[in-house]
Amino acid sequence: MLLIAATALLSHWRRRPLQLATFILGLSLATALWSGIQAINTEARASYARAASMLHQSELMQLLPRNGNSIRQSTYARLRRAGWNVSPVIEGDHRFGNTRVRIIGIDPLTMPAKAGRFEAGGVSDLAAFMSEPGVLMVSQVTALKLEGHTQMQLRISSDMPEGAGFADIGIAERILEKRGELTRLVVAPEQRPDLPSLDMLAPDITIKPSGERPDVAQLTDSFHLNLTAFGFLAFAVGLFIVYATIGLAFEQRRATFRTLRSLGLSLSSLTLLLMAELLVLALLAGFIGVVIGYFVASLLLPGVAATLQGLYGASVPGTLSLRPEWWTTGLAIAVAGTIVSSAQSLWRVHRMPLLSSAQPRAWARASAMGVRIQVLGGLVLLFASAILATFGQGLAAGFAVLGSLLLGAALILPGVLSACLAVMQKHSSRALVTWFWADTRQQLPGLNLALMALLLALAANVGVGTMVSSFRLTFIDWLDQRLAAELYVTAREENEASRLRAWLPAHSTSVLPIWSVEGEVLGDRLQIFGAAADDRTYRDRWPLLLGTADVWDRVAMGQGALVNEQLWRRKGLAVGNDLTLPGGWEIPIVGVYSDYGNPKGQVIVGIDTLTTHYPNISKLRYGVRIPPADAPALRRLLTSEFGLPAENIIDQAALKRQSRAVFDQTFAVTGALNIFTLGIAGFAMFSSLLTLSGIRLPQLAPVWAMGIRRRDLALLEVLRTLVLWLATFAAAIPVGLALAWVLLSIVNVEAFGWRLPLRIFPMDWLILGLVALGAAILSVFLPLRRLSTIRPADLLTVFANER
Amino acid sequence: MLLSLRNVRKSYTTAEGRLEILKGIDLDLDGGESVALTGESGSGKSTLLHLVAGLDHADAGEIVSSGRSLATLDDRRRAEYRRTAVGLVFQHFNLIPSLDVGANISFHAKLAGRHDPAWERELVELLGVETLLARYPEQLSGGQQQRVAIGRTLAAKPPLVLADEPTGNLDEATGDIVLNIMLSLTKSTGAALLLVTHSTRLAQMLDRSVHLRGGRIA
Ligand SMILES: Nc1ncnc2c1ncn2[C@@H]1O[C@H](COP(=O)(O)OP(=O)(O)OP(=O)(O)O)[C@@H](O)[C@H]1O
Ligand SMILES: [Mg+2]
Repeated sequence: MLLIAATALLSHWRRRPLQLATFILGLSLATALWSGIQAINTEARASYARAASMLHQSELMQLLPRNGNSIRQSTYARLRRAGWNVSPVIEGDHRFGNTRVRIIGIDPLTMPAKAGRFEAGGVSDLAAFMSEPGVLMVSQVTALKLEGHTQMQLRISSDMPEGAGFADIGIAERILEKRGELTRLVVAPEQRPDLPSLDMLAPDITIKPSGERPDVAQLTDSFHLNLTAFGFLAFAVGLFIVYATIGLAFEQRRATFRTLRSLGLSLSSLTLLLMAELLVLALLAGFIGVVIGYFVASLLLPGVAATLQGLYGASVPGTLSLRPEWWTTGLAIAVAGTIVSSAQSLWRVHRMPLLSSAQPRAWARASAMGVRIQVLGGLVLLFASAILATFGQGLAAGFAVLGSLLLGAALILPGVLSACLAVMQKHSSRALVTWFWADTRQQLPGLNLALMALLLALAANVGVGTMVSSFRLTFIDWLDQRLAAELYVTAREENEASRLRAWLPAHSTSVLPIWSVEGEVLGDRLQIFGAAADDRTYRDRWPLLLGTADVWDRVAMGQGALVNEQLWRRKGLAVGNDLTLPGGWEIPIVGVYSDYGNPKGQVIVGIDTLTTHYPNISKLRYGVRIPPADAPALRRLLTSEFGLPAENIIDQAALKRQSRAVFDQTFAVTGALNIFTLGIAGFAMFSSLLTLSGIRLPQLAPVWAMGIRRRDLALLEVLRTLVLWLATFAAAIPVGLALAWVLLSIVNVEAFGWRLPLRIFPMDWLILGLVALGAAILSVFLPLRRLSTIRPADLLTVFANER
Repeated sequence: MLLSLRNVRKSYTTAEGRLEILKGIDLDLDGGESVALTGESGSGKSTLLHLVAGLDHADAGEIVSSGRSLATLDDRRRAEYRRTAVGLVFQHFNLIPSLDVGANISFHAKLAGRHDPAWERELVELLGVETLLARYPEQLSGGQQQRVAIGRTLAAKPPLVLADEPTGNLDEATGDIVLNIMLSLTKSTGAALLLVTHSTRLAQMLDRSVHLRGGRIA
């Protein structure tokens, strides 16, 4: 019995291969995007963890300087003498030719074994490692870039992240010119009992516990959350397709269900059979989805890697490793999605009375009541979204605002469309026009889900597009202000720097030192910059968000500090607050400046104040002001007369170009995801239209019989699709703008710490509208061909058969 | 002569081979004349009506209706013929599901450019559907749908009314009433009526009766 029943049920799919394909494709696309994005996230997170454990020995406890830049050699010696098993590390950036490398100098003799996935190799190797010119352990890629730019022996290690290298601490000290200043101390896990406490031995040191999440991982959290949100949106849009096809497949088999039931198949067996069928299909789709997801991920990963590099300086390999847990999560999400989208259909089968008459399309004829409840639910969600936007706090609240806004808008869409169509119908008097609106309204239930999916995709496109374009415009304005100096020069070492300081003033309008120190402020490690605040450049160009005209005077006199927007928002600071800076001195905040593209907090003090409090800072970088026309000449002079390598000079235009490239790269992924989502929505529309075209004949045949040509009917079909697309598109614009507002004013503030003005780009909408139009025409093409090639004989069968 | 059929043939190709349904039909109708078409189930009555209504093409022979030879009409003229020169009450009603009863009744009349509200009100009353105007077809019984379908055809005042068992879903009394309405209305407008029925009793109420058997008018 079961076998016969199963055959009867499955024969449905054999007769409707297109429906089967739609189901499988919809589900696997949804799964693909979701699992692809999960793959990217896990890959990136794994790489942060790898890098942290490799470069920063993050599984071990560390000692960091509490104030200023470094730990003194004497502190280290004191700890060792007292019996503490600690190992010193010197860390810093160094430029080899054009390549900047993070050099980590370690002491192979005292470095705890546990910290070492690092192996210095045999004893002879150790000797080479520790003696001049030294060995630099780097990744394959970094080694290629460094070839010929250093005398150090390059050793390739597959474990090394890109752009970083291990060297002996003595060698690193020389290269980085650290003169006995240690960056941090690694504490070995095994220590003698009853050692004197660290507080007593070294009061100016803080302890960083082992196993903390790497900084990069925390910084990039919001980025990954964004990706996840996008993946989820695409998944939801895909589920609309699945829901619609399952609903249709169940409805079309109602008669079969009833026959099987009356032949003695128990309700539970029937439900079980259907669930088994769905499970098999879900697993198949999940399998395909994971495979597609792998390709999606490897397609997107280079872009994501570039983004992470540009935004956060996080290095992620551009290649993907296939992980076994992908299969399980991918299949699980496909099954979960199927369960969610089939629950209603299964429930209906469960409650189906044995004797009710077959009502084709009952599933699509959503009652007016249903629509009303849906609209009500949508309104509640929109209201909740507004409440959350006003009173909510945190990134999670921001995403909740986004979610309820999108879902709420999608839910009220059918009601709004239906009301609009009713109004149009009322106000038309010609028979064909009235019929057009009435008939369009009748198609709505079958198209609702597709239109909702389309609304989501279009709104996301408008919203994210507006956000990115607003951001871009603001960012470029800001760059123009912020990058004021015509040339930026970097000396190779301190001697050259002091020669530069002597040489430059005679050849330029003014010289702006770009010196900084890293330290702990309000519990975060951040950078403190010095500014030659009495220079006109700052007054004229520096983009201040808060602060009076005299702020630069006060900064120059050492009476005040400026903080960037991120720090100001995150710590809830106010102008007038006192800020305690590394070393324990205090200075009042006098202003706030915008600092886009920087994930971290930042402080600016007067340059003299900086050097007084931190005399040992490196003084290598300078901005040079000069009339723009003279910049190329100065550049030549700097290389020929002064002897600075060309790569140590960068002009404003090049810097802007680089920044813009980083920016554009950053949002390339977003663009790609947008297109994917739109593609899925287009597919949803296509499958719905195709489904409808199959049941349109009885609706069209009487109109044809009363003297409307097939050609005109086909044209009206196109027109109907276009009208619905356009209406949805029009609805998507306000929803998208609301979305952009939430992204700019809530999510960005929470995620990055900066708030951006919303700007409007109607041209972008036009382009999106055209793309949507193209998709509309594509989606209606096949269903239309079906309709326009109907033979009169097919239409006649409508009249000949009682349906 | 409003309608004349000469040697009209029609066959269908099916899985079992070629099926000859009409094997040379000759039939004439004058304006104002009403003719009953009888025949066994499957004898080709609906097929014949569809040919005359311009919904399908005859394989051979000639159909001339309101001065038009149907075989010579192109797609546009054929649509125009259906719109203005003929009205068909379908065996299965075929109302437009998205329009309410009122809109269904005036639909064909408006398309034909003969919308006449006063005439429509009268019809609605005569057919007894005045309380149903705001309902949708799916909310009607079979008999109610049938009356609406008749109203839709008559409202357009076509010169030729074709009706495929228009009283099949009505009880005898209502059926008689409806048939009488159709007869008096076609008479008063000078239209011709070709009506398919299984009932010899009903057939006798019409001017003339023809029987379809073996693909020919007997
Ligand atoms: N499209 C078609 N393809 C093949 N055969 C058809 C087609 N349409 C009708 N037929 C066949 O043609 C014959 C005549 O059909 P028709 O519908 O004209 O009969 P009818 O006289 O109206 O019958 P009834 O009284 O049952 O309505 C039937 O045998 C039917 O099966
Ligand atoms: Mg028939």
